[in-house]
Amino acid sequence: MQYRFKIAGGDFSNAGTVASSVKKILRQLNINHTVSKRIVIALYEAEVNVVAHAYSGLVEIDIDSEKLRAYIADKGPGIPDIPKAMEEGFSTASPQVREMGFGAGMGLSNMKRNCDILNITSEPGTGTNVEMITYFKPDAR
Amino acid sequence: MPDKNPHTEFHHALRVNKNACTGCTHCMTVCQTKAIRVRNGKARIIANRCVDCGECYKVCPVSAISVEQDDLQMIFDYEARVILIPSIFIGQFSHKIPASSIYSALKDIGFTHVFQVENTVDMVLEAYSEYRQKNEIRPLISSFCPAIVRLIQVRFPSLVDNIMRVNPPIDMSALYYLEQLKASGIPAEKTGLFYATPCAAKIAAIKSPVGDTESVITGVINMNFLYNKIQRYLQNTSAEKNMPVTDDLLNSRGILWSLTRGEAVHCDKRALAVDGIRNVTEILEDVENDKLGSVEFLELRACDEGCAGGILMTGNRFLTVERLRKLASEHAGSKEDKDKKLSDRFINVKEHSFLGNIEPRNIEKLDEDFNVAMKKMARKRRMMCFLPGFDCGACGAPDCQTLAEDIVQGRAQISHCVFLQHQLVKQNLLSHEKAGKITEEIWGNERLEKNCNKIGAEDENY
Repeated sequence: MQYRFKIAGGDFSNAGTVASSVKKILRQLNINHTVSKRIVIALYEAEVNVVAHAYSGLVEIDIDSEKLRAYIADKGPGIPDIPKAMEEGFSTASPQVREMGFGAGMGLSNMKRNCDILNITSEPGTGTNVEMITYFKPDAR
Repeated sequence: MPDKNPHTEFHHALRVNKNACTGCTHCMTVCQTKAIRVRNGKARIIANRCVDCGECYKVCPVSAISVEQDDLQMIFDYEARVILIPSIFIGQFSHKIPASSIYSALKDIGFTHVFQVENTVDMVLEAYSEYRQKNEIRPLISSFCPAIVRLIQVRFPSLVDNIMRVNPPIDMSALYYLEQLKASGIPAEKTGLFYATPCAAKIAAIKSPVGDTESVITGVINMNFLYNKIQRYLQNTSAEKNMPVTDDLLNSRGILWSLTRGEAVHCDKRALAVDGIRNVTEILEDVENDKLGSVEFLELRACDEGCAGGILMTGNRFLTVERLRKLASEHAGSKEDKDKKLSDRFINVKEHSFLGNIEPRNIEKLDEDFNVAMKKMARKRRMMCFLPGFDCGACGAPDCQTLAEDIVQGRAQISHCVFLQHQLVKQNLLSHEKAGKITEEIWGNERLEKNCNKIGAEDENY
């Protein structure tokens, strides 16, 4: 089953709507709440990243009997050094963004912690693609 | 009494009076757990979805929703007839009416002992800090408001572990007074403990408690019922007859406990107090998204202004809050106010401070079986492509999504939607007679006949 969502860059007041929608879907599918909590947190971080850094983004959610795959593609500045960006506390967020309580540099590491597979590819100046996979059964990897 | 498993059967205190209900959908659209449908022109409450918050009661224009209570005569089965009153009970009366008059009135009604519910708040606060030390999960959510506990169980199952397993003051006080009376020579079986409740949720929680406990409370009397009795007594009795209230005065913590921030003020770290069930739903969404950061404690109450806004309260809730805050500030700062109350006394009920497990009861799941749930989900999404999506409620469900869900669960049909029904008739897929019958099934057969007895019509109050 596939779901698609759009994210508008810079629209902080709507950051989290994708995560909330997915949360509702997972509840209806009776997914274990520990698993769904991880998915929602990872997705929320990914969503905030697009809002904070990119111009626009698309989210594709694919659910099958064993896993949820989220694919987030944005148009934006991209990430020049991905390993550096993965470090806890590293952030390029502007002071204004930090003032709103975002941009603490925990996003990517939080995403990594809350999914089973994380793939990030980026072309600086064009955009970033994030793929996150979470298995419904914790030992299904 | 038949055996009842509190975990599978839910007691509800809210009832729809079928004779008064006009099937107007106000309650259906306001319900936060989508627990109401209209069938045969009457509102129907779905038991496993209802959390007894009372929003339907507040919004009903014809007072068709009532709150069940125990028969007052029941108190006379007991030698010691205890009425447990929360601070808001006194707060709803004008400041010109002293507590002693209210106590005398309660004795006149037939109670032998009047005790205040919040006398055990210091004991509860001790349990809170012990629970905080022993459990790492954050934010911790207060278990005080039973409607919120149930809301979390059914709508936020992933947050059930955040609920503090601590018994609220009413249960601790009931246990305490039971022990106190025992110590004075009145056996438990001769003691009837009655609680004056400000809301339906407290009744439901006493009749089918969560957390592996059984309540020691014998019965529940609605506050509005007692309020009327007391007002009548006060009109007919002179103040001189009133007995003085000697002990049992609450400290400032107890007076304020059930009002908004009554619990949150005692947390030394970040704590939020949120009242009103819609606001609570919003904050719980944020907690699920891990959006609140380092908040330690959440005090969440279903009613606006906390228990002062309970549906069975008579006085204006803002005046109730004002009186209680004034009363509390008169106490605050004094030596006896700073001292902990009851917690170090000879009767120890502290061991009963903690609750057992609270189970999630996800009401949104389409099926236990994941693959079946996936199929139902796909069908529901397809259905939504056809349903108009403006949530008119004319199908007898609160919104299109809920109708779609009812359809995939076999509880409704696509022809229940008045717009799709029209399309089906136009395409000769449904006869006019059948369409008429469907409408009658939902709205009853007298619905569209002339009736001047409704609000705004010629014979409105007749």
